[in-house]
Amino acid sequence: MSAPIEIRDVTKHFRQSTGAFSAPRLVRAVDGVSLSMKAGGCFGIVGESGCGKSTLARLILGLHPVTAGDILVDGQSLATMPRRARARLIQPVFQDPFSSLNPRRSIRDIVGLPLAAQGVGGAEIDRRVHAMLERVGLRAEMAGRLPAQLSGGQRQRVAIARALVLGPRIVVCDEPTSALDVSVQAQIINLLNELRRDLGLTLVFISHNLAVVEHICDEVAVMYLGRVVEHAETDALFHQPTHPYTRALLASVLTPEPGLGIPDVGLGDQYPDPANVPPGCRFHPRCPIAAARCAVETPAPRMIGARRVECLLA
Amino acid sequence: MSALLEVQGLRVRFNSRAEAVRGVSIAVEKGETHCLVGESGCGKSVSALAVMGLLAKGGLRAADRLEFAGQDLRHLSERAMSRLRGDRMAMIFQEPMTSLNPAYTIGSQMAEVRTRHRGGSRAAALDRAAELLGRVGITAPGMRLAQYPHQLSGGLRQRVMIAMALMCEPELLIADEPTTALDVTVQAQILRLLMELQRELGLAILLITHDLGIVARMADRVSVMYAGEVVESASAAALFGAPTHPYTRGLLECVPIPGKVARGAPLGSIPGTVPRIPLGFAGCGFRDRCAHADASCAISVKRQSLTAGHDYACRLPAGWAA
Repeated sequence: MSAPIEIRDVTKHFRQSTGAFSAPRLVRAVDGVSLSMKAGGCFGIVGESGCGKSTLARLILGLHPVTAGDILVDGQSLATMPRRARARLIQPVFQDPFSSLNPRRSIRDIVGLPLAAQGVGGAEIDRRVHAMLERVGLRAEMAGRLPAQLSGGQRQRVAIARALVLGPRIVVCDEPTSALDVSVQAQIINLLNELRRDLGLTLVFISHNLAVVEHICDEVAVMYLGRVVEHAETDALFHQPTHPYTRALLASVLTPEPGLGIPDVGLGDQYPDPANVPPGCRFHPRCPIAAARCAVETPAPRMIGARRVECLLA
Repeated sequence: MSALLEVQGLRVRFNSRAEAVRGVSIAVEKGETHCLVGESGCGKSVSALAVMGLLAKGGLRAADRLEFAGQDLRHLSERAMSRLRGDRMAMIFQEPMTSLNPAYTIGSQMAEVRTRHRGGSRAAALDRAAELLGRVGITAPGMRLAQYPHQLSGGLRQRVMIAMALMCEPELLIADEPTTALDVTVQAQILRLLMELQRELGLAILLITHDLGIVARMADRVSVMYAGEVVESASAAALFGAPTHPYTRGLLECVPIPGKVARGAPLGSIPGTVPRIPLGFAGCGFRDRCAHADASCAISVKRQSLTAGHDYACRLPAGWAA
């Protein structure tokens, strides 16, 4: 069986206008990413804002065309797949359930829209919407309500119901719990985990919350300025981070353990800018262990055991 | 000796139907970090704004005691209050982009704080601004002073906000979710900076956050808020060592801690959502979500002490969870 998602050397560049009189800047949001995701797994993508993780999610969903490279979903290239077929295969859950649901539509219409778009009839839509709402832990009578009458957690359940109503094999979650309170976040994480198990879903889970990623994902890719700098199984990545950026990222996680203080992550005050990618290793201006050659040589991805790392010194 | 900031029985409401803050008491000692933790809508930000006299129009504040450095803030005129704000007590907010004025340079905004409260020349104020920008870890402060907020990254803007809050040596800094909009790496840098500044300047910090990780690492004392009340208050070590209120315990179970919850195993969660508390509400605000609630919880809540300085508002006896 082919991997549900196969990303082959994908690049996405945006032209960013800087005003009428200056040349546009080239933003290298995703810059040569290759990944293969396992069926039925939960694949985490982590990194700071601006690292390209959300752009990668949109590429996987087919919401942006790629600049170069190819993405195969279920063995078929996204570039040539018809939109309706793609929608039956892969669906998104976005960060903010306040802006991703149409405020003027009832929950029934929101969750039923993907079905209507596939040509399913009215009574059948009602039946499947009700079943799906119950599946995600909402009462069927919620169907008549508007998003504004729901809490944040309920709205995110609606977004999940909408994503699942066509029975897709893959769900791409872009920061699905970032806008939620801690107690509600746990409910949504538990729900996603349960649905993955029961429905055999493949999840792509994008988040900046590393504790949640460690909890739910089997494999994790760490992105920095458009590249995957380290990719490994979750345990290997969290217990033995190899790339200095992964180490800094993990060091900055504040677990609720009193007395440990705030760690010094050693990244300095340089901030990465995807429109101005440094030469050599992209991470070298912030790297605590950078050597002279890191500013000149571009690291190629290397396999160390089962993990893939892009660092000259690892 | 009384604390630098002493709040007792603070109540806030915005209309005749709901009460946002229902009798909150907190004390912040000089040089200590007091964390106010809770979910959105629990009243933590409103409590801080009420202390600063910054409630939105229509907000009504009442308190049994509201003292800053021995001065009663309850009957202070707006004029006197605004002399205090930004001078001896300063506040930083979650989103530095919306709290900086986009139309003025960093330098002119920072200098204004100083000249307004302390007088002196603009040039002297700009010198102090440059010095503070350097202090909060901004390289080339001279250049930054001439820049506008939109030219800075989120982390830099938050550093500017902190530097601005320090323009006149404040004794109390209220920080409302100062790192929520930032990446974890930048968050760690900003929090470290706050701790260093606290040590150096003897600042008292009232830190508002929903993140228990931040609380554990930063706080000397913690007050857990729920539905407009402080439901548990203790030193950080005591709170994490022996969380006693069912809400505190529930909140702690929601956070995945590596090695404590197996991968894929369900996380603890608290059913339901934060309720709206109508005026004249009696009993425990958490009872609808609490597994231990009984009929008595709808009538009144007992305030109990587990140990000296560790209080909680629940009928359950001390040590019930042990």
